[in-house]
Amino acid sequence: MSEHCKFKRYVWELPVRCCHWVNVFAIAILAVTGFLIGTPHFGSSTSRYAMGWIRFVHFVAAYAFTISLLSRLLWSVIGNEYSGWKAFFPMLTAEGRQKSVRMLRYYLFLDHEVPETVGHNPLATTAYFALFLVYVMMVLTGFAMYATHAPGGIMFKSVGFMYSAFSLQGMRLAHHFGMWLILGFIINHIYSAWLMDIKEHGGEISSMFSGYKFTIKKGD
Amino acid sequence: MSKSKTEEPEGTVSGGCKKEDYSISELLKERGVSRRDFLKFCSTVTAAMALPATFAPKVAQALDEVKRPPLVWLEFQGCTGDSEALLRSANPTVGEIVLDILSVDYHETIMAAAGHQAEAALDKTITDYKGKYFCVIEGSIPMKDGGIYGCVGGKSHLERARQVVGGAAATIAIGNCAAYGGIAAAAPNPTGAVGVMEAVPGATVINLPGCPCNADNLTATVVHYLVFGKIPALDSHGRPLFAYGKRIHDNCERRPHFDAGQYVEQWGDDGHRKGFCLYKMGCKGPATFHNCPSQRYNEKTSWPVAAGHPCAGCAEPAFWDTMSPMYRRLPNVPGFGIEHTADVIGLGLAAGVAGGFAVHGALAAMRKDKEPGDDTKEG
Repeated sequence: MSEHCKFKRYVWELPVRCCHWVNVFAIAILAVTGFLIGTPHFGSSTSRYAMGWIRFVHFVAAYAFTISLLSRLLWSVIGNEYSGWKAFFPMLTAEGRQKSVRMLRYYLFLDHEVPETVGHNPLATTAYFALFLVYVMMVLTGFAMYATHAPGGIMFKSVGFMYSAFSLQGMRLAHHFGMWLILGFIINHIYSAWLMDIKEHGGEISSMFSGYKFTIKKGD
Repeated sequence: MSKSKTEEPEGTVSGGCKKEDYSISELLKERGVSRRDFLKFCSTVTAAMALPATFAPKVAQALDEVKRPPLVWLEFQGCTGDSEALLRSANPTVGEIVLDILSVDYHETIMAAAGHQAEAALDKTITDYKGKYFCVIEGSIPMKDGGIYGCVGGKSHLERARQVVGGAAATIAIGNCAAYGGIAAAAPNPTGAVGVMEAVPGATVINLPGCPCNADNLTATVVHYLVFGKIPALDSHGRPLFAYGKRIHDNCERRPHFDAGQYVEQWGDDGHRKGFCLYKMGCKGPATFHNCPSQRYNEKTSWPVAAGHPCAGCAEPAFWDTMSPMYRRLPNVPGFGIEHTADVIGLGLAAGVAGGFAVHGALAAMRKDKEPGDDTKEG
C-alpha cells in the first residue's frame, strides 16, 4: 500500500470510552452541584429540600466518578497499549521525549508538519497524569469532608490521615480550586481534540464514540 | 499573678491544706446542696457524658464514695476566659462546687495564698501526691527563646508545665490555648506558643478546646474520671468523644434551614430575623466538632448560632488561622487581596485558559499546515 493509505485502527476499547463518558457526565454534575453547594442560590420555600437534594446528587455523582477512576486505573494494567499506564509517562523514554518536542513545536506554530499519533499524544498523556493527581486530590478532600457527618465510621477512619495533614477549611479551599483547574483542563481538552480532528483527519473526536482512528502509520 | 479572694469557697483552700477524709457528697451537704440537687446533677452530667440514663445511679454512687483527688490549676498564656466561664455563672451550680472542692490546691487567679506561700502550696501538692493529683492548664505555653515569654515565680511556663504535668495522673488542657496554642499561636506566633500536648510530649492530656471551654464538659470529664477511674475516650485531636464526637452542623437547630436552602444573606435581613441558616455568613459549624448545640453555654442558656452568630470554629486546632475570615465560607488565598475569593481566582483562571485557546484556534485556522492531502486514500 502507498504511503498515503490510511489504516482503520481500533484504539479506544469499550471500558476506556465508558470511563471517559462517565467522567464527562460526573464532572458536569459535580461542578454544577458543587458550585451550588459552595454558593447556594435558591428561593426560600420551606416545602423544598433544595440543598439536601443537591448534596445527594453531588455525593452520588462523586461515587460514580470515583468508581470510574478506579476502573480506569485497573484498565491501565489490563487494557491495550494505548490505555496502558506506560503511555502516561512518555517523558521516561527518548522516543517519547522526541515526540513531545515535535508536538510542542507544532502547538507553538514552529512546525507546519502535523505530528500524527495513533493513541494519545505524549503531551496529552503528561497532562492526563497531572489531571489524575487533581482527581485524586478532589476524591480525597471530597470524601474527607463528606465523612465528617459520621465521625468514627469506616470512611472517616480510612481518610483519617487527611484530617491530621490538613484542616477542613484548607480542604474546602483546595476542593474549590480543583474544580476550576479541571474546568481549565476541559477547555484545553476540547480545543485540542477539535484542532487535531481538523488537522489530522483521523477521526479524533468520533474515536471517543466508536473506538476507531484512521492513521497513515500502521502503528506507533 | 492575681490573688483575688472573691470566688474562694470557705474551708476548701487555706494554703493548700484541706480536710482530706470527706467524700464529695458529704462536702456538698456541708455546702448546703440537697440530696435531690446532687442527684439532678448526676443525671445531667451522665447525659453530658453521652451515657444512658441507667448510669446516673452509678455516677451518684461513685461520687458518694470517691475521695477528692487534689487538683492544681495553672494559668499560662491565656485570657482567663475558661476560669471566667466556670466561675461567673449567675448561681453556683453543683458542678461548680464539685470542681471547687476538687480543684483549688492551687489556682493562680482565685487562690488566697500569694508569693512564697502559693509556691509552697503547689510544691507540696505535686510532691505529696505525685502521680495522683490532677492538673488543669489554661493558656498556651511559649516555647521560643527557652520559654522566657511567660514566667510565674521565676519559673517559665514551659518549665512549670513539664514539672507539674509530668507528675500528674492526668492533665486537662482547658480552652483552645492550652489545647492547641489558641490565639497566641496564631500566625505569626511571636512567642512560639503551643498547647500542652506539644510542650509536654508523652503526658496524659485531655484537650477541652473551645473559646471558652464549656464548663459542663469540664465537669463531665472530671466526673468521668472519678466514676470510671480512667480518662474518657479521645479523638485524634485528644478531645473527649462524648463532647467533641459530633459535628456542630449535624446537631444544629438551624440545620433544617440549611437542607431547605434557606440562608441568611445579610446581617439583619428577613432570613436572619427568621432564624435561617448562617452558612453563607461564614458559619464554621460544618468544620467544627463540639457539643454546643446540645449542651449550650451558661447553664444551657444559649450558644452563638442560637444567638444569630455563625460558629467561629473555636474547638478546632489552629482555628484563628484556618477558620478565618470569620464571616466568609472559604479561607483567603495567600498572595491575593482579601476580596478575591477562591472562586473569583478560579473563574479568572478558566477564562484565561479559554481566551488563550481561542487565540491559538484563530491562529491555527489561518495557517496552512501540511495536512493529509487529497490523494490520501481513506479507509
